Amino acid sequence: MTAVLDTTAATATATALRVDGVSRAFGSGAGRLVALDHVSFDVRAGEFVCLLGASGCGKSTLLSLVAGIDRPSDGTIEVGGRRVGLMFQDSALFPWLTAAGNVELPLKLRGVPRRERRARADELLSMVRLAGLGDKRPHELSGGMRQRVSLARAFAQEADILCMDEPFGALDAMTRDLLHDELERIWRETGVTVMFVTHDVREAVRLGDRVILLTSRPGTVAQTFEVELERPRRIDAPEVAALANTITTRLRAEVTRHGR
Amino acid sequence: MAADTSVEAVTPATDGARPAASLEKPAPAAPEASEAGGARADGLVLDQETIDATLAGLDALETAVDAPRPTAARIWAAIWPKIAAVVLFLLVWQIVVWTGWKPDYVLPGPGAALSNLWHQVVHEEFWSALARTLRRAIIGYALAVVVGTVVGVAVARFRLLRTAVGSFITALQTMPSIIWFPLAILLFQLTESAIMFVVVLGAAPSIANGVISGIDYVPPLFTRVGRTMGARGASLYRYVIGPAAWPSVLAGLKQGWAFAWRSLMAGELLVIIPGHPSLGSLLENDRQFNDAESLLASMIVIFIIGVLIDSLFNAVDQRLRARRGLAVRAD
Repeated sequence: MTAVLDTTAATATATALRVDGVSRAFGSGAGRLVALDHVSFDVRAGEFVCLLGASGCGKSTLLSLVAGIDRPSDGTIEVGGRRVGLMFQDSALFPWLTAAGNVELPLKLRGVPRRERRARADELLSMVRLAGLGDKRPHELSGGMRQRVSLARAFAQEADILCMDEPFGALDAMTRDLLHDELERIWRETGVTVMFVTHDVREAVRLGDRVILLTSRPGTVAQTFEVELERPRRIDAPEVAALANTITTRLRAEVTRHGR
Repeated sequence: MAADTSVEAVTPATDGARPAASLEKPAPAAPEASEAGGARADGLVLDQETIDATLAGLDALETAVDAPRPTAARIWAAIWPKIAAVVLFLLVWQIVVWTGWKPDYVLPGPGAALSNLWHQVVHEEFWSALARTLRRAIIGYALAVVVGTVVGVAVARFRLLRTAVGSFITALQTMPSIIWFPLAILLFQLTESAIMFVVVLGAAPSIANGVISGIDYVPPLFTRVGRTMGARGASLYRYVIGPAAWPSVLAGLKQGWAFAWRSLMAGELLVIIPGHPSLGSLLENDRQFNDAESLLASMIVIFIIGVLIDSLFNAVDQRLRARRGLAVRAD
């Protein structure tokens, strides 16, 4: 009973992101490639949504559209004036800046005064447990540390919606599991809305309030799964595995379609 | 008790009450899953303290430890091969002189040339010639940097411009600068402007090419990240594209300097302005008066300037690579 009440309460909160009938095609004529085809979904403020799909489902295209660095061919994306931060599998830190310099850059671009910038960067680096490492250059940090700097940088954009494109895809399992815990903690502390793209089903179930499964070529919403497992979850917990299996079966059916 | 929970898990009571039919509800798989604390109380879920400690441990293990060499040893390691090379060169030169291949007044030994240089450096004329040459080099190079950068950015940015003049820049670069002098002398007579004209024409194409390829090779991801941070237009160039392109721009600047210096030396030999002594005009004078010792002394000066400027560029390059983690321990 309580579960139902919770869901109702959550639905009543503001919608942070509305993706409405969005299509995106590249090229024209015979070479025309439809990456996304009438994709629609809503994300509530403070919700953690995982976008899941095999190759060619237009996950990254969708994130670019949400981040506003690309425009849909059709349909609308509403963020209600919210700021969108992006994070990639490659930390994409600028090698000519220190860790702190990378975190400060979005603030600098918004004209935040130097002293304030410093303080905010320190605060954000502490949030990702990298206090005191602000002077390090990206090449001096490990992959997991770089991703955390990248996360801090995304927060420096005062992002209300954080779009993450397979951010932990290139990390070893132990680091990845720890960063799941870290991301969950930061998400809880900041109340940020997260759109997390992954092709790892367990990761999606580990992290998401909801998992949106996309089809491939073109990308459409195949099915949405509510994840009502209590947090914090373990990626190797049996209930996570069970739901992951259900989703994998559905995903496999989707992928098999393309082999015929 | 156990039977009860397992029945509940298989037929979740909330299923029918779901508001959206399209949303699929996960079926809790195992009986113990419905006991909220069950899977979590067994130590699988880490507390914050353990997470932080493990993370700190991983960070410490994965951060590169770099033992720095003492400065003195580093400087010595950088310098002794250079000294050895110079000594070897002087030795070969001396041996050639000893063989008597050419008479002494045509090819003097390194000792004579160096002592001549020593006598020259105490005279004011040498310094005024050196100062004039360096001033021409710096002004000409600075102009070439401005022209090359403006042209480079414009060509990299506007497709039409690239199609129109992109390949001409490389063609211009490969033209020997000396062939511009007849035109330059017709246009400007024997003046400073004639020399500047050729120096800029010689150096600017290399600099422009460095800028163009630098901008072309900026990883698209960097531009994408810059845009999401709100960098647009000029700020995108200043904070993202510029720094990302810098290694290639630096290579272009270095090559541009080499062209500027060559053009300048050619110009000083051809465009001799009365009352304006320069390293080039000293060389030309020495040739006319058959003063081989003085001629070689001037050439040594030109070589030393080349070495100094090159080490300046190398220092900048070294610093850049060290900062970006591309450092090679070659000094």
